[in-house]
Amino acid sequence: MSALCGSCEPVSRHSPPWNANGQHCSFAFFLPYLFFIVGNMISKSTYYVAGIDIGSAETKGVLLAEDSTVAACASKATGWNHAESASRVLDALWLKHGLSLPVAPEALVATGYGRISVPFADKTVTELSCHGRGALHLFPEVRTVIDIGGQDSKVIRLDGGRVRDFVMNDKCAAGTGRFVQNVATLFETDVAAFCGMAEGQDPCPITSMCAVFAETEIISLLARGKEPSSIASGVLHSIAKRIRALAGRFFPVGETVFSGGLARSREMGRILEEELGVRLNVPKHPQYTGALGAALFALERVKEQS
Amino acid sequence: MKWDSIEAFKAVTDRNVLRLQEEVKAGRKVVGQYCIYTPPELILASGALSVSLCGTKNDSIPAAEAILPRTLCPLVKSSFGFALEDSCPYLAASDLVVCDTTCDGKKKMFELLAKRKPVFLLELPQRQGEEGVAFWKRQLERLKEHLEERFHCHITEDAIHAAIELQGRFRSALKGVLDLARRTPSPLRGMDLLEISVRSSFMPEYEDRIRLLEDIRNEVEKGRVEEKEARPRILLTGVPTGIGSHKVVRIIEECGGAVVVIDNCSCYKKVRRYPEVTGDALDMLARYSLGAPCAVMTPNPGRFEAVERLAADFHVDAVCDLAWQGCQTYEVESYSLRQYVQDSLHLPFLQIVSDYADSDCEQLRIRIEAFIEMLL
Repeated sequence: MSALCGSCEPVSRHSPPWNANGQHCSFAFFLPYLFFIVGNMISKSTYYVAGIDIGSAETKGVLLAEDSTVAACASKATGWNHAESASRVLDALWLKHGLSLPVAPEALVATGYGRISVPFADKTVTELSCHGRGALHLFPEVRTVIDIGGQDSKVIRLDGGRVRDFVMNDKCAAGTGRFVQNVATLFETDVAAFCGMAEGQDPCPITSMCAVFAETEIISLLARGKEPSSIASGVLHSIAKRIRALAGRFFPVGETVFSGGLARSREMGRILEEELGVRLNVPKHPQYTGALGAALFALERVKEQS
Repeated sequence: MKWDSIEAFKAVTDRNVLRLQEEVKAGRKVVGQYCIYTPPELILASGALSVSLCGTKNDSIPAAEAILPRTLCPLVKSSFGFALEDSCPYLAASDLVVCDTTCDGKKKMFELLAKRKPVFLLELPQRQGEEGVAFWKRQLERLKEHLEERFHCHITEDAIHAAIELQGRFRSALKGVLDLARRTPSPLRGMDLLEISVRSSFMPEYEDRIRLLEDIRNEVEKGRVEEKEARPRILLTGVPTGIGSHKVVRIIEECGGAVVVIDNCSCYKKVRRYPEVTGDALDMLARYSLGAPCAVMTPNPGRFEAVERLAADFHVDAVCDLAWQGCQTYEVESYSLRQYVQDSLHLPFLQIVSDYADSDCEQLRIRIEAFIEMLL
């Protein structure tokens, strides 16, 4: 169970792209992907589009074939140079797809907070639209998307295949992936292991609403001899509470999808389900939902123009 | 789109401070005001000049935070910072500052301001019914007496009527310009609407204001504008926005939206309603000025009516509600306004809470860009 946090770890953060073969991206489309490769060998007319999601922590990419099947997905740590992060992810996508010579995709849509710094993007779309689009593709019945990203969290309401409303956290980092990352660093571990620690533990309440003060609170809890595992559980519970407050008037509305990096943690999903009282659909690789949406927008763009 | 008349207007209003200083040298009295509940008509009737005061820039906030709490609304902090640093030429030129007990933050700030400037405080009621009107009328009587005493004049009924007429002409001229944005596509950008409203309220001479505004209207009315792609039309409502606190207007337009009407007291709220021109002058002024639909009123049905009306008149595609951080009344009212806009007007709604600093521009841009994507 606890392995779920770690099982979707991105490609090794420090290895160059040509070594990046550690992860198989099935993305729930493994079979069509096989057919696609075979099809691709027969027909040369197929083109590809890409979606790149430059988040505050990770840059994610999805390569889509003409028939909207996923050809490859890859991610890298977002460095200080967003354009370079994006181009490294693009290289990794081609490599994974089995092409040693990278070529330009037919269209590329960039999203995420670094979207404007990708010089080779044909278009930029906000991550709100992309997460909505990606979630709709994976779960056509979806009405609500909860995304917990590295520096913000958002709740998106969809209706008739379109984004109708959304809310985002304010300037504050509480309730975001960054908060979990900070506490995990405090515990000298990574986010995946931290989430694993929390599994099935009695949560120790964290009352501070501010990420910085919450860290101070956690240090004093540790000093009082509280179990790190129950503090970890408390941290995840505090995030779930923030999300519930954020979601406010949106609930309960239909099928709900939980996306973003933190959705890789099954424990986070379980706590969030408990807090919201709804069943959550989690994509197999939730961190790619935004990039998938971006790739779908790229595909629409190609189809509109042809 | 560049309009000669707007450029000319800006060139004249760039010299607002010089003009004010000339008037002061010539012996004119100056009365500054912070809030649109203060009727400028009474000030004009006393023979003094009525000017707006600074309070929309971030620069003066650090100075204010030495005294005021950081969590207070930026408008209150900015206004007070200007007084502390003596950096607002309009405040410096004012012989008197008329303040309203509009909200708790302002009320307590004015106590501190009174130690530095001559302040006359109007006690603003919180409800707009007959009791409120009667109370407000007594407050205006007090202001009238105070002005008479301070400026050694006698404010006659006729003088008030003449001032109402003058203020009405200014209001019509400004409305004539702001209403140009009803056209599709709007010939004016949101920043034009904001700058024209704000700059004209700092112009000492009313006849100049009226003439320049009429010039703008005459030129733009005849002009043709073309737009490559349709931009979603946005109604911006909520707290006042001025030069220096205009980032939300700027970002909406940078993200491809068109701000066609700004329903706040720096802009359209000043021109939307007209006073009834009959009966007792003070009674009329009290009724008219107290009728402004600010979130400090409880309840505040006028704001919802205004939003509905403006949304129809300006053919808007969506409503964006802005509250300054720490402005409790606007922050709370946003919930009811969202319900009203989404459920009754069936329009998309975005709430923005921010301050005067540029630090959250990227966060705002994401929300606004996503909101505009939603409208396309």
